[in-house]
Amino acid sequence: MINIDAHNHVKGKSIYLDDIQELQGTLYALPFDATVAHAKISAIDYTQAIHRTGIIRIITAKDIPGENQIGGILPDEPLFADGEVHFRGQVIALIIGTSEHHCRQAAKLIKVTYEELPIITDAREAHAQNKLIMPPRSFSLGNTTQAWEECAHVFEGRTDVNGQEHLYIETQGAYARPKEDGSIIVSSSTQGPTAVQRMVARVLGIAMHKIEIDTVRLGGGFGGKEDQATPWAVMVALATQILHKPVKMAMHRMDDMRMTGKRHPYSADFKIGLSKDLKILAYEVTHYQNAGAAADLSPAVMERTLFHSTNAYYIPNVFAKAFSCKTNLPPNTAFRGFGGPQGKFVIEAAIVKAAEALGVSPALIQKTNLVVDGNELSYGQILQQTQAHPTWNACMDSFDYEAQKERIKLFNESNSRYKKGLAIQPICFGISFTNTMMNHARALVHIYHDGSVVVSTGAVEMGQGVNTKMLQIVTQTLGIKPSRVRIESTNTLRVANTSPTAASAGADLNGKALQMACVALLERLKAVAQKEYTDQIIELKEEMVFANETKTEITWQDLIMKAFVQRVALSENSHYATPTIHYDKSKEKGHPFAYHVYGTSIHEVTVDCLKGTYNFDSVNIVHDFGKSMNPTIDNGQIEGGLVQGIGWMTLEEIIYNEQGRLVSNALSTYKVPDIYSVPKEINIKHLETEGHELAINKSKAVGEPPLMYGLGAYFAIRDAVKAFNPNVELAVNAPYTPEKVLMDLYRRR
Amino acid sequence: MIQFILNQQVIHKQNPGNTTLLDFIRYDENLRGTKIGCREGDCGACTVLIGSLKEGKLEYISATSCLTPLPNVHGKHVVTVEGLNLPGKLNQAQQAMVDCSGTQCGFCTPGFVNSMSGYALTSKDPNLEGAISAIDGNICRCTGYKSIERATAKLTEQLQNKDQKHPISWLVENDFIPEYFLQIEDRLKDFNLKYNTEGEIPIGGGTDLYVQKHDELHDMDLNYLFDKSLLNRISFEGSWCTLKSAVTVSDLITNDTLLEAIPNWYNYLKLVSSTPIRNIGTIAGNLANGSPIGDFTILLLSLNAKIKLTNKENESRQLPLKEFYLGYKVLNKTEDEIITEITFELPNSESQFNFEKVCKRQYLDIASVNTAFTIKTKGNIIIEAHGAMGGVGPIPKYLSKTCEFLTNKTLSTEVILEAEQVLQSELAPISDARGTVEYKRLLARQLFFAHFIMLFSDTIKMNDLI
Repeated sequence: MINIDAHNHVKGKSIYLDDIQELQGTLYALPFDATVAHAKISAIDYTQAIHRTGIIRIITAKDIPGENQIGGILPDEPLFADGEVHFRGQVIALIIGTSEHHCRQAAKLIKVTYEELPIITDAREAHAQNKLIMPPRSFSLGNTTQAWEECAHVFEGRTDVNGQEHLYIETQGAYARPKEDGSIIVSSSTQGPTAVQRMVARVLGIAMHKIEIDTVRLGGGFGGKEDQATPWAVMVALATQILHKPVKMAMHRMDDMRMTGKRHPYSADFKIGLSKDLKILAYEVTHYQNAGAAADLSPAVMERTLFHSTNAYYIPNVFAKAFSCKTNLPPNTAFRGFGGPQGKFVIEAAIVKAAEALGVSPALIQKTNLVVDGNELSYGQILQQTQAHPTWNACMDSFDYEAQKERIKLFNESNSRYKKGLAIQPICFGISFTNTMMNHARALVHIYHDGSVVVSTGAVEMGQGVNTKMLQIVTQTLGIKPSRVRIESTNTLRVANTSPTAASAGADLNGKALQMACVALLERLKAVAQKEYTDQIIELKEEMVFANETKTEITWQDLIMKAFVQRVALSENSHYATPTIHYDKSKEKGHPFAYHVYGTSIHEVTVDCLKGTYNFDSVNIVHDFGKSMNPTIDNGQIEGGLVQGIGWMTLEEIIYNEQGRLVSNALSTYKVPDIYSVPKEINIKHLETEGHELAINKSKAVGEPPLMYGLGAYFAIRDAVKAFNPNVELAVNAPYTPEKVLMDLYRRR
Repeated sequence: MIQFILNQQVIHKQNPGNTTLLDFIRYDENLRGTKIGCREGDCGACTVLIGSLKEGKLEYISATSCLTPLPNVHGKHVVTVEGLNLPGKLNQAQQAMVDCSGTQCGFCTPGFVNSMSGYALTSKDPNLEGAISAIDGNICRCTGYKSIERATAKLTEQLQNKDQKHPISWLVENDFIPEYFLQIEDRLKDFNLKYNTEGEIPIGGGTDLYVQKHDELHDMDLNYLFDKSLLNRISFEGSWCTLKSAVTVSDLITNDTLLEAIPNWYNYLKLVSSTPIRNIGTIAGNLANGSPIGDFTILLLSLNAKIKLTNKENESRQLPLKEFYLGYKVLNKTEDEIITEITFELPNSESQFNFEKVCKRQYLDIASVNTAFTIKTKGNIIIEAHGAMGGVGPIPKYLSKTCEFLTNKTLSTEVILEAEQVLQSELAPISDARGTVEYKRLLARQLFFAHFIMLFSDTIKMNDLI
């Protein structure tokens, strides 16, 4: 089934935040932010700004009736800076005016006097100064200290990987309107309506039941709107509370890039030990996460880094430690993969480093160590239904890897200006929120007595096609056509206490809840039909009642009307909580993931060794979808995730200067892939597997895993660079921009 | 007052002010299908089509409405996604995008649909390369582009039987565009209103000013030059080419004489920005913004171009382009002078031209270093050389010392290696978002070598140089 939004999208009729028709008298809000990264605010003069034409009010911390606090995991993040600023882009005040232009002009008239404090932008420096968001955590399996002695080969090294700007094409925004009795409705471009509701309540000092959050869809999220859509929604809600007027904010791109956090940059030290036959016996890693100036989701992101530190490999002795380091950058946040990719990057670099030193192909070490059923991971989960070998083998066979390798060898022997590189990237990614208590969802289904159906879940549509999957569940369960069903906006009045749409779990959690609701309705409706066809097996399909597999005369609409007349409940609200999962943080052991997703990709790149530029020839993937309930949408997630991952590893370079100023602050200086920079060919094959009971319809979660195929892009380029400049020591420092490639091509020993 | 047609509707606007077409469409006319992604022409979410009469014939271009000053559409037809919708069904571009799942979050989609429909309108010889090129200014963050590529291929296939004699009626009959397009040409011909501005600050396509000074422009006294008909002509006299100042890069990339005179002209110009920006960015703007990495500045410096400056009193003077740049964004011109003409000699059988540009992203990006060279040889002797390099100092650098060194030398590996030493002595790069000093110097060397490797592949080999 094609994405149900596609028709409206191509006609320009889909409604995003900034497309909501404004009520008369709507005011505009512009955040006013810090221009230094760390300072005491000794004075602020708003006088000129407040008197400018079109300015209604300037709101600051002292106007907040509740708490000046929006920290989700840790209470360490004020909505408005109060006395001190900890990063450039931290919001100090909110300017409210009759137009955005008026607000922008007024912003230039605000005078802030700063007393500057020392600035830290680097995670290792923060660690050295003991500036941590929270105490470090470590995962341990076996005993690495003893294991080193058994190793034939031991290698150590360091890796660095930069952050990534989400670059959702729709920027952050929110629109608040007053209702009666001090209640407020906020339309928010958020992945987490409940999180927004909770923070609005906290800051405004009112109960959650007075706040309605409504989200129709997002123009892209990628994690950037999981926690960081919240401040803007809280700000407009606060302005609405104070002014009793509708207040809107749709952020300018450069404001958005400057004020919001990104994927976490990480630095890491690793030590890897292998046996003579290339079994990895021991692995130690220390991750330094650059969290930025407040916790945001960093503790959870760091946790997922630890969970994925050994990627798809079984290593009997592991010690993985992570520090969440506090720096003077905007608080970094969720981004597709959520720390997992950064964890995997280090083990892949360690394997490549070992392979280069031993003169073997990294693929040999990778394959030798892939997980199998029964393997225990460092956090205690015992793997079942592993698909690491099957996807690897299918990928090698169906894309004829050996022939490709031979072809590339010949190419490199006969070309001096152009060199090709090859890399394989296996993935193994855990599905579930690592915070067990978040793995639940609810769905509300109403059948109206004309037979039409309306559905609300906690899932937010952001292009991933979750609403289409929800529709499929309804139509399949109730046996009705898609046109009878409307998937409504995500709204906190209809579905309460939701988890954000994140962790690739949106379809699984909400889909399971929705399936339960539909099954309950189905049973009640079948009971109605049963009265007329006693002792026969009732089914609903093709919009008709079937009795003993024979079509009856009762249509869907007839059946609904009968049920209505008989006073049968035509609404259902169901709750689902993932079974089997648990985790004990005090021991760092448990079974945090419902299941894992596997896959293998092969990357081929050509590097122009004169200019340092590169093009990807192909990426071939075998992916474990389970039983995909929508191959069209799932393939779209693979292609999109892969390209986003390649972007992170190649072009996308976030640059902060030493003063903590974002230099790559616009689309002109921060480059995401365009149509010419994607691989010439992307081939995706589905591995036929049973799927997993905890996946909706056995169709495995697909949002985040494919991003990690992108890691292969880095190592493919490195392979090509090595072909040109073989005997040189290369750092591991992503992204591999054309600049770093050229410098490495001509680096001397 | 300005007057134009927005989709089907005639718009009269008394004081267009200095608003952009984008703001007008979305907030004055409440057409919310056109999206805001970046407001600097780098994402294409706001792409619209603009149709205007060229010698009596209606021609369309795609353009980023975020950088288009509203007065620049005076007398034209502006098409937004709403104006491409057919009653009761999808148009061909929309259908292809739906069929191939080329839309996920959908926010970039109207921009793509506009660019694709624009290709349907403008293509003379529909082919996949051209169709992809038409969407080269559109950024999508969800799909990874493969599905969009497939949609584009499908659209191209459907265009194969396009009637080039009666394109509009063919496109209407075949569901590419709605029926009202049939009347647009005649409706525009009935327009006869003139729009004159005589403000202090000249603005051409707006592609740089609206990026650099968006907020300030709101209150500036602007002089709109884009449509002053005297300013958009390309002419040839013998081996000399003259460009009027409002010539766009798209005018140049499609010019037959230039395509013939300079091999690879198309490929070089494809490296300059993206289709919708090339359609509206003017050549004089590229020179006058004084950027040290302006692609066209570098190109024209190496063609040893001369420019004509004209002041308010209509007095003109000519000077070599290389004398135009005095310091970072400091130009050899008075407040009221504007560039009215650019003249250069076309390369001929004895002289060869090459352009190189490296940036983070190959297309739609600003160079880390860009460089061009024109080298005239007689036998094995370099008799004249003009070269320029951008991104290596405060101004777009005409490489006078390197050129002087090369002149009258025999073409050889040794000479090029020595010339590279001279080249480095002329450069003063700084570290910034586009690269470190070390990188820019290395890249300068590599691209300098690339000129000779490309132009004299028989005698000059990469392996001998590095």
